[in-house]
Amino acid sequence: MNRQPGGPAAGRQQIVVSGVGGQGVLFVTRLLADAAIRRGESVLTSETHGMAQRGGVVVSHLKAGVFASPLVRAGQADGLFVLKEENLSIHRGFVKSGGWILVNSVRVGEADGDETLHAIDADGLAHEVGNIQAANLILLGFALTRLGTPDQGGMLFCSVDDIRAALHQRMGERESVLWSSIAALDLGIFHGKR
Amino acid sequence: MSARVLMLGNEAIARGLVECGCSVAASYPGTPASEILSAAVQWRKACGVPMHIQWAVNEKVAMEIAYTASLTGLRSAVSMKQVGLNVASDPLMSAAYTGVVGGFLVISADDPGPHSSQTEQDSRLMAMMAKVPVLDPASPAHARDLVEIGYELSETFGIPVMLRPTTRVCHACQDILPGEVRQLGRKADFRKTPARWAATPAFRFELHRELAGKLRAIAAWPRTAPLRLNPHAASRRAVVASGVVSAHAVDVLLEAGLWDSVPIYQVVQPYPLHSGFIAHILEAYEEILVLEETAPVIEMQILDRQRVRGRMTGAVPEAGELLPEIVDRLIAEFAGLPVKAEQAEAKGGGRRPTLCAGCPHRSSFYAIKKAAPRGIYPSDIGCYTLGLNLGGVDTVLCMGAAVSQAAGFYQAYHLAGEEIDIVATIGDSTFYHAGVPPLIDAVVQGARFVLVILDNSTTAMTGYQTTPALGIGAAGEPTGIVDMETLVRGCGVGFCKVGIPSRLPEFVGLLKEAVAYSHAHGPAVVIAREPCVMDRRLASRLKTGRKARVNEECDGCRHCTEQFECPALVYDDGGNRVFVDTLMCTGCGVCLHVCPRGAIVEEDQGVVGKS
Ligand code: SF4
Ligand code: SF4
Repeated sequence: MNRQPGGPAAGRQQIVVSGVGGQGVLFVTRLLADAAIRRGESVLTSETHGMAQRGGVVVSHLKAGVFASPLVRAGQADGLFVLKEENLSIHRGFVKSGGWILVNSVRVGEADGDETLHAIDADGLAHEVGNIQAANLILLGFALTRLGTPDQGGMLFCSVDDIRAALHQRMGERESVLWSSIAALDLGIFHGKR
Repeated sequence: MSARVLMLGNEAIARGLVECGCSVAASYPGTPASEILSAAVQWRKACGVPMHIQWAVNEKVAMEIAYTASLTGLRSAVSMKQVGLNVASDPLMSAAYTGVVGGFLVISADDPGPHSSQTEQDSRLMAMMAKVPVLDPASPAHARDLVEIGYELSETFGIPVMLRPTTRVCHACQDILPGEVRQLGRKADFRKTPARWAATPAFRFELHRELAGKLRAIAAWPRTAPLRLNPHAASRRAVVASGVVSAHAVDVLLEAGLWDSVPIYQVVQPYPLHSGFIAHILEAYEEILVLEETAPVIEMQILDRQRVRGRMTGAVPEAGELLPEIVDRLIAEFAGLPVKAEQAEAKGGGRRPTLCAGCPHRSSFYAIKKAAPRGIYPSDIGCYTLGLNLGGVDTVLCMGAAVSQAAGFYQAYHLAGEEIDIVATIGDSTFYHAGVPPLIDAVVQGARFVLVILDNSTTAMTGYQTTPALGIGAAGEPTGIVDMETLVRGCGVGFCKVGIPSRLPEFVGLLKEAVAYSHAHGPAVVIAREPCVMDRRLASRLKTGRKARVNEECDGCRHCTEQFECPALVYDDGGNRVFVDTLMCTGCGVCLHVCPRGAIVEEDQGVVGKS
């Protein structure tokens, strides 16, 4: 483990991922959780299953570091991923003051308080590459570069390499899916650097 | 790199079963419990252990199969959601008396909220009613550990043991170090003891007395005693919590700086509550706040109305999940801290769920509304409950009730000499689960209605488990087959025809025929047979290529989006016209028949290349 002591991303981090059923909210959350384990952190997540997965609101919570409860409380999240823009108003209350929000949107919205808002048109890019399922990974790739990774004192607890490794671990046996996932992640990373 | 792996709570429970040498596991799918059985299949394969793992036709059958394996000395388990336990309550009540030989776990997953259930009932109350001990895990890792302790408890006292996770445990993920898989090397060895296994009422009284003795001993069993989480904290007030609520409470106490001043106890076995613990807390504390989901099971066993605060006293809301925000407020009030201004609870609202694009149920509901526009539409539990959005579902009660409610509506109107159209819908899996007895009853009573069995060859809502019609088992192995038409006819139904719902005009015609038949003769069954578009196993059976396009005739009347609600039909930015989201459209072609202006047309074949 090679943590930056005291850096903003060191140790505990609470993240909420919001979207609707079918967008791969759980997948992103599990990748982040795998990444936490790779970094030697404990991790707890909470997922939405059942009827909501049929296109309804799906939200998952992730707590990296030592926690007992899997749920993030309102006003406590370090950051929020919003895969469906219309969910922003429902879930932004999770974010603590000074936290970050990443939105899948064609425009950068207004921050309510002192959160940092980043936007990328992940749906548009996913349509362009003919893979609507890919918006989640495009957003994640974008986040990894925009927020910065722990080794550079960034805001996210994990790095691009952690997520790549997690993807390999989860999809190693299904090569074509793996490569289209890596491509989606890279597309997001590319846009994050622009 | 560490060898810890991320496990869903249900995977952790399944891991516990495999590690503890469970030999027989049976289940009927239901959120939030479904993944326990499928994960057991995965772990069995990964660990190479011999186990019988099966989906049963319903929870009662699952429980009886697993329980009986325990009578032969093997370890076994049954898993289900809380309302499934209602279905299995008959064998449970009796098994508590007759007891077990090999360890037997009843895993009943509760859904406080409720998130994906008809009720927020508390299985721990059912354990109390049955008089079996119940364990209440706080996390996936804890759930795995309690499987082991549960088997030990079950075998030490010869009693079924309930493990009661909640949604926040089942559907939490945690990093867990897989443990060693033990092979117990047991073989089935049933010792005939009719006085126990076939006890008559006279013997049952003896068994009941024996059970009471077991429970007294279990209430003193040290392995499941409540845990004092912060022994250094001293106060005249204490928090007593169980399950995931105890986890919320720990985080809240730490963050509020109360960890060193407010004692917290975690109850592992809410029933029977340890008698020594009850004596201790009543001795040591003036005020006790009990936090538990969802019924006041612990609270009601602490027999001091003056000192206990909880759901019964009104200190804790009497319904609903105890989210961390609520636990935060309750603990602050209890500790006499200023309660923070109501934090915006980031909950509620947003897009409602809907049937998938291309889902065959959508055309079935649309056809039902066309064939019997003034009808009553009883329905059932599954994806198709979402027919609610389309006005195709009037009632949803519990598994199988679509059929009996259809009969109930018929009898009620018939009394007044009125004959109305009644078209009930039930899924294939739900029909096998609980739809057969009421169909037999309807035939006997001559109830007049149409039952549409929505046969998409899967149990879609809970994760695409197989049905008895498929001949495929939990691990993909071949099984016997129960043919649906033969079964329906065997129930005595005179009209049983199969239709394809996406062929909309024909299907409406078939339904009209069935409605006419039902008015003349009695129950008619239409099997709407078309595979779920999301089930990967079935994908090859789907025809595609009738992709839709909306032409200039569309005037934005909202008929297709409100009455039909395919998520691939979306409004343009101004909300004036509909277009087809080509990446989402499955090409089922049903909407071609839906637009009153004929504005939805088939996309030219040449353009459909992209998929
Ligand atoms: S999962 Fe299958 S049955 Fe359920 S809504 Fe989607 S297509 Fe229909
Ligand atoms: S053809 Fe029409 S109804 Fe079928 S999925 Fe496409 S848009 Fe929906």
